[in-house]
Amino acid sequence: MAWEPSEPSAPEALVQARGLTKRFGSFVAVDGIDFDVRRGEVFGFLGPNGAGKTSTMRMISCVSPPTEGELSVLHLDPRRDGPAIRARIGVVPQEDNLDTELSVWDNFIVYGRYFGLPRTVLRERAEDLLGFARLTDRRDARVDPLSGGMKRRLTIARALINDPELVLLDEPTTGLDPQARHLLWDRLFGLKRRGVTLIITTHYMDEAEQLCDRLVVMDEGRIVDEGSPRQLIARHVTPEVVELRFAEPAEQDDAAGAAAEACERMEVLADRLLLYTHDADATHKALANRAVEPLTELTRRATLEDVFLALTGRTLDE
Amino acid sequence: MTRAVLRALERELLVFARTWRGSAFSAFVQPILFLAAMGLGLGGLVDEGVGAGGQLDYLEFVAPGLLAAHALMATAGEALWGVMGGVKWMGQFSGMVATPMTPGDVYGGLVLSAGVRAGLAAVAFLVVAAVLGGVASLWAPLAVVAAVLLAMVTTAGLAAWSVRRQDDLTFSLIMRLGVIPLFLFSGTFFPVEQLPDVLEPVVVLSPLWHGVEVARDATTGAIDGWTAVHAAVLVALVLVVLPIGMRGFERRLTP
Amino acid sequence: MNVSAVLDRGRIAPPLDARTRFLRMTERNVVGYVRHWPLLVSGVFEPLLYLLSIGIGVGALVGDVAYAGRTVPYETFVASGMLATAAMNGAVFDTTFNFFIRLKYAKLYDAVLATPLEPRDVALGEVTWALLRGAFYSTAFLVTMALLGMAESWWSLAALPVTVLIGAAFASVGLAGSTFMRSFLDFDFINLAITPMFLFSATFFPLSEYPDGIAWVVRLTPLYQGVALCRALTTGEVELGLLVHVAYLAAMVAVGVAVAGRRIDALLRR
Repeated sequence: MAWEPSEPSAPEALVQARGLTKRFGSFVAVDGIDFDVRRGEVFGFLGPNGAGKTSTMRMISCVSPPTEGELSVLHLDPRRDGPAIRARIGVVPQEDNLDTELSVWDNFIVYGRYFGLPRTVLRERAEDLLGFARLTDRRDARVDPLSGGMKRRLTIARALINDPELVLLDEPTTGLDPQARHLLWDRLFGLKRRGVTLIITTHYMDEAEQLCDRLVVMDEGRIVDEGSPRQLIARHVTPEVVELRFAEPAEQDDAAGAAAEACERMEVLADRLLLYTHDADATHKALANRAVEPLTELTRRATLEDVFLALTGRTLDE
Repeated sequence: MTRAVLRALERELLVFARTWRGSAFSAFVQPILFLAAMGLGLGGLVDEGVGAGGQLDYLEFVAPGLLAAHALMATAGEALWGVMGGVKWMGQFSGMVATPMTPGDVYGGLVLSAGVRAGLAAVAFLVVAAVLGGVASLWAPLAVVAAVLLAMVTTAGLAAWSVRRQDDLTFSLIMRLGVIPLFLFSGTFFPVEQLPDVLEPVVVLSPLWHGVEVARDATTGAIDGWTAVHAAVLVALVLVVLPIGMRGFERRLTP
Repeated sequence: MNVSAVLDRGRIAPPLDARTRFLRMTERNVVGYVRHWPLLVSGVFEPLLYLLSIGIGVGALVGDVAYAGRTVPYETFVASGMLATAAMNGAVFDTTFNFFIRLKYAKLYDAVLATPLEPRDVALGEVTWALLRGAFYSTAFLVTMALLGMAESWWSLAALPVTVLIGAAFASVGLAGSTFMRSFLDFDFINLAITPMFLFSATFFPLSEYPDGIAWVVRLTPLYQGVALCRALTTGEVELGLLVHVAYLAAMVAVGVAVAGRRIDALLRR
């Protein structure tokens, strides 16, 4: 029986995938994943490099054909209705691909013309977007000399020229300094408030936690779990984590046994021990009782990085 | 400074030795094809003698012209786009100046290696030209000097321009409105005496014309005082442009 | 806040017609070149300078040349040939070198393909631009020829569409070829093909100057078709046999388009 994408109903699924697979020769980049993205939410794909996030995004944005599985975007079939879908979405790729032969202003206009929009409309929108990207005084500048942060803002603003319902952002803040990142997050929140649906991929757990309503954790082409950041943390790790660092690996090995008894679960990393606990104070006391003397002892709350570690046994940047 | 320049030269020649097959066609074969087409094919249509004394056949006339012209054409592109690549797009120059090598050494290495490569191409060209009957004198090897000097002038000048630029938008214009006119009107294909009277004096400004004169004097055995003058002009041009290029490279590449 | 109203506000564009979509890619080139108009204008000068140098300069040494049973001044002879070679050079450069740079380094086409445009729109749009620019240069060249007295017949007007056909032939084959290139080094292969054709296509000297066996090889080369056509038209030596040259060029377009069409999709859609 053929699978039909669901009819519009609350909560409406703008993107639906069932068994979505992408193979490059014998390499499986995306291995039969299922997910739904609802209208108006900020949806995230969290995972390390090579997890298959970009390949998934390219399939959703109808520039890469799925190898197997079902995918529906805006209730249309990417295999048949690519142009129609792309007319209503905005794409911000991992690497800027601005038109370096044109000025900032012309980048907006020319890109907008690819959608067939009339120039009168485009001129208005380009003015707005210049302000959105804080590049108004650069309108006639060439693209090449702009800083990394400016180029990113321009790429994101440009992706909005067709006033899309759905915007896909692949690693939007990678390589930016903290100030630029926060400015970008601010802009993305603004979009969300206007009712635009956002799909983001990232390997930064703070970005995922800050921006996403729901996210899926991807590793090696598969979805390992899904939920809101709060739900994932509650499901897989304790609220608090005590990190212990030792002067030498030998000391860490000696202390491991005692440390493990002071907490509910322990992860052994190359350079530190992670002690997961509901009560950090109790853990500290237990460690002192067992005469564990680390070089540093740090308490923090659990993050999505810990979730990933619990699910896959690896850190996000390994 | 001299030793470091030679090391920069060494680097350029090493790259050339590794990659010469890729440009073997444009460096060696292409000028010979031009010689065959213009010298033999076109030459067959020219019945009367050519040149100041009217005694050269067209092949003898055009061969030194093409030899000199190739030194200009083959180096111009590399001096413009190659230098921008070294500074900006691929950035190998910044790696070089992170060593004891100075920006001036990098520049010097570029100029010298252009001369060496042009010299090699000129030697190959002369051999073929001689076989085809376009070379009449034992003085012919001096034409290689013309090629070397021309390549050095071209690289010194255009690299000095390129290193000061932020983008390559002016490069195509320089090729179209500067290099190509020089190529076509410096006595390469027809004697400059045929130019309209008002333009003849302007030819003195063309480095290629001086190079062509030296090459043609060499291959036809008509060496005289003027030959030395033309060669001296080329040397002088290099010496005048060199400090300008040095300054440019220092300002752009000093870490 | 009424979400639908916010979203509907932007939906005023009718869906793009799939048949004319490619013109958006051509339009991008127009915008780009308007900015760099000195480059566009200077392109007119190059063939003109060759005309003055080889045509008139060398022409003074050659005098007249035998062609089609009579003699023509060398400048007329070479000008008609250069009309064809200029059409070829313009088309090839744009569809190989420029296309490759935009694809691999500027990543321009990645951005374009995120919009409603499809790979074949990209290819068609770029080729259309190459042809438009070529027509502009060829017109300028033809006008110059006429002003300098190098066009002897009203058939010369037909040379303009012929130059567009020459451009189309080399643009499609050039585009098809560039889909196989992997790096800059492969460009020397393009040079390898173009330069001998440029030099040995009866542009600069007639077939009678070649040894018999080689003359036949030249007759079969692509550029010779264009040279023969342009020369016949500008000198008024028109006869039915010219249609063979037209058919050859048309076949080049067909083959180039077929190959490029299949490869472009694989190249741009991974």
